[in-house]
Parts: sequence; C-alpha cells; structure tokens
Amino acid sequence: MIDIADLHKSFGNNHVLRGVNLKINKGESVVIIGGSGSGKSVLLKHIIGLLKPDSGAVFVDSVDLAKIGEDELNELRKKFGMLFQASALFDSMTVWENVGFGLKRHKKLSDSKIKEIAVEKLKLVGLVGVEDSMPSELSGGMRKRVGLARAIAMEPEILLYDEPTTGLDPIMADAINDLIIEMREKLNITSIAITHDIKSAYKIADRIAMLYNGEIIDTGTPEEIKNTSNPVVRQFIEGSAVGPIVIEGIRR
Amino acid sequence: MFIIKAIEFLGSAIKHPAEEIGRILLLLHSTLKWIIKPPFEIRNTFKQMLEIGVNSLPVVLITAVFTGMVLALQSYTGFKRFGAESLVGSVVALSMTRELGPVLTALIVAGRAGAAMAAELGTMRVTEQIDALETLATNPVKYLIVPRFTSGLIMLPSLAAVADIIGIIGGYFVTVMVFGASPTQYMKMTWDYLEMQDIYNGLIKACFFGGALSLISCYKGFYTRGGAEGVGRATTGAVVLSSMTILISDYFLSAWLFE
Repeated sequence: MIDIADLHKSFGNNHVLRGVNLKINKGESVVIIGGSGSGKSVLLKHIIGLLKPDSGAVFVDSVDLAKIGEDELNELRKKFGMLFQASALFDSMTVWENVGFGLKRHKKLSDSKIKEIAVEKLKLVGLVGVEDSMPSELSGGMRKRVGLARAIAMEPEILLYDEPTTGLDPIMADAINDLIIEMREKLNITSIAITHDIKSAYKIADRIAMLYNGEIIDTGTPEEIKNTSNPVVRQFIEGSAVGPIVIEGIRR
Repeated sequence: MFIIKAIEFLGSAIKHPAEEIGRILLLLHSTLKWIIKPPFEIRNTFKQMLEIGVNSLPVVLITAVFTGMVLALQSYTGFKRFGAESLVGSVVALSMTRELGPVLTALIVAGRAGAAMAAELGTMRVTEQIDALETLATNPVKYLIVPRFTSGLIMLPSLAAVADIIGIIGGYFVTVMVFGASPTQYMKMTWDYLEMQDIYNGLIKACFFGGALSLISCYKGFYTRGGAEGVGRATTGAVVLSSMTILISDYFLSAWLFE
C-alpha cells in the first residue's frame, strides 16, 4: 500500500533522512520509533506529501507522490487522516466545525448533516457534549481525541499518528493507545504511528521499525524487537543513556 | 584580498533580499493561479473584508480627519504670509486624494490588519494548522491567502476613498470654523482644481498597496519558523516590509501615474 524507497531529505547542512526504505501493507499497524530529532516527523510528512524528497520516492498505491499534480495529490490525500502531535485544531472554529472541516470542503452536505456526522465521530472517540466548545476550552487529551475524530471524519484508509501519546499523562496515553487499536479494528484502517514511547509502540504495533541516523536499522514484530540483538535498538528500548547512540550535545 | 572580501560581503547583502523577493513573487504567482480557480472562498473573503475594511474604519477615519485638519491648519497659516489663504481648499483636496489618503490608509492597515494576518498565519504555521489544512486536502494558499489578498485589493481603495472625503471635511472644518474663511470659497477651490484623475489615480495606488501589504503579511506569516519568537519576528517583519514597500512604491507609482 505504501512503499518508501531510498528516501533522502536534507535541511541545509542537516542530512535528516539518509535512504529510508520501508514497505507498509494494507491493514497493517506500523510504528516507527526513534529518538528526538531522528527525522520521524520528517518521514511521516513525506508519506502524506507535506514534504518533497530530495531523492528517492514515496509510493501510495503505486503512485509516486512527487510526480503528481496538486489536484491529484489532494485527491490522494482524501485517503489519509492525520493526527498531529499538538492536535493542530483550527482554533478559530468550534469542535464540530473542526471535525467536519473535510466534509464541508469536499462533500455537498448541509451544515446540520455535517454536525450530525461530527457528533457521531466524536462519540466514536469517547467525547460527548463538547461539539459546540472551542478547542481552547479543552484539555490536551480531549484535543487529541478531537484531532482523531477530525482525522477519521472522511473515513480514510490510512491514519498517520504523530507522537499520539506525547504530552499526555500515562492513563490518558493508554486510553489513546486503546483508541488507536479500536480505530484499526472498527474501521479496518492501515495505521502508521511515530513515537518514542516504547510502551505505546509495543501495544499498538503489528510491526515496529526503528529509525536511526536517517535510516531504518531494524524492523520486526514487537516480540522480535524486544529480543533484538541490534545494540542500538536494545539501548533505545531499554531507555539507557549508555550505549552506541550518541546523545547530541553530551560527551562522555 | 580586500576586493574579494568586499564582493563577498556585497553578495551576501544582496542574496537575502533577492531570495525574499523571489519567494514573494512565487507566492504571488500561486495566489493569482488560485484566485481564478473555482470554487471561490466567498464566505472567507467576506470575513477578511470585514477584518481589513470595516474593522479598520474607525482608526482610518480618525487619522484622515486629523490629517485634513492639520493640513488646513499648516497651509492656512503658511499661505497667509503671502496672501494665498484661498488656496487651502485645493491643497487639502489634492494632498488627500493624490497622496495622503491612500498612503496613510495603507500604513494604518499594514500596522493593524497586516500585523494580525502575519500573526495569525504564523501561529497556524507553528502549531501545524497549515499542515493540517493540507492533510484535509485543502490548499492553504487558496484557503488562507487568496481571501486576504482579494480583500486587500478591494478594501484599501474603499477605505482610501472614505479617507479622502473625511480629510477634505476635516480641512473644511478648520478653514471655515476655526479661521472663519468663506465656505463657498473653500468648496469652490476644492472642486475647481481637483480632477477625476487625481481621485482615481490615488485609488489605483491604494489598490496596489492593499495587494502588496496583504501579500507581504501573508508571506511573512506563512513561512514563519521557530515558535512564539518566530511569530513575533514574522509580525514585525510584515509591518516593516509592508510599510517600506508602500512608501517606496508610492514614489514610483506616483511618478508613473501622475506624470
């Protein structure tokens, strides 16, 4: 379904992605783990065409994202939903207008119908009675849920999660994990998440891929990753400051 | 060695502005491309027209009336020295329509609505709302920039026209009420020397300023980087660059339009 082939991307002198290769199958839940600044977000943004590769390509259903026009790209994006790290809700709109944004733009539906669908999607993520609130009135966890409701409103085939549990307390984080699993089971969605929350990765992933130094250095089921012999992956999943991973700005 | 250093310095001094102008022109190109492409963002455009036009009206009115008043005050006392007080009406009318109406309105809108545009778009950029728009298959240039640009083009001449009239009324007030000059004389001097061309060339300038200040403010906001500090920088940058563009282009537009 998604094929990332030898993807390179630099920002100025910073060579962030150095030949990423990854295939994601339909219906699969892949979690990409990696440290802060490892280029996870950059990789995710390439998958939905927010960034263009310097070289290499991202194929979605065999279509090269960099080779299609703006209209085709927008058409393709309707297959995607994305949950942003800080939710990225439109703060000038109410909760239901946020959730219904895609519907309002792309489907010929009345406002009352859109609100009805929005309320239904909000219910699906466990939110009731907040549709007329403004995003600024909600807590971080609720905003994440609204963001998720907005991402699934157009009934996408692929959901992208950018650090879904970052900034949440452990209980809310686990609730979001459950929600991600539920979305996949209920809606049969392919999901790709990036995170440095290893506990969350074990829970939601069919397959985990580790991004390090701009490349995917290891992939496997959560079980395989737990028992990996790769020292870099070991250090990361064990959360140790001592090991082959160089922490930027810190020298020993 | 010194020459190489000097050329290097000159090169880097030119490179940044040249790059910026290039990016603004690219944004203009994509804005123009999306303006003509349906569906049109009518609701969004009205909202921006309200923001840029209607909400700027009070401060434009105050500026215009006092500008007209001080123009009359200064030229009346000055012209009196050589007995030319009767010309005050023409001075106010010509200054307001050709120059001060459009330029002052544009500077005010740049400081008010332009800064707000840069801050809003900048915040949307750093909180990933612009990325979110794209993931919802919505082109951000069409959704955010086109309505602001068209509103600037439409509302600036409208505001400037109001400023022209209000400025002339302010001048009338000072000349007639304060200095006790003849009201018919003032109005006659206003109409006799004012040509249609003065008015509409002024409004053409206002239209250009409106497009320029909204494009520049959107550009600064749209390409914001670096969190809250970046938004602050974008806002300041938008006001400074818009004001500079207005004042510099004013000279060249005037030289061209009023030759």
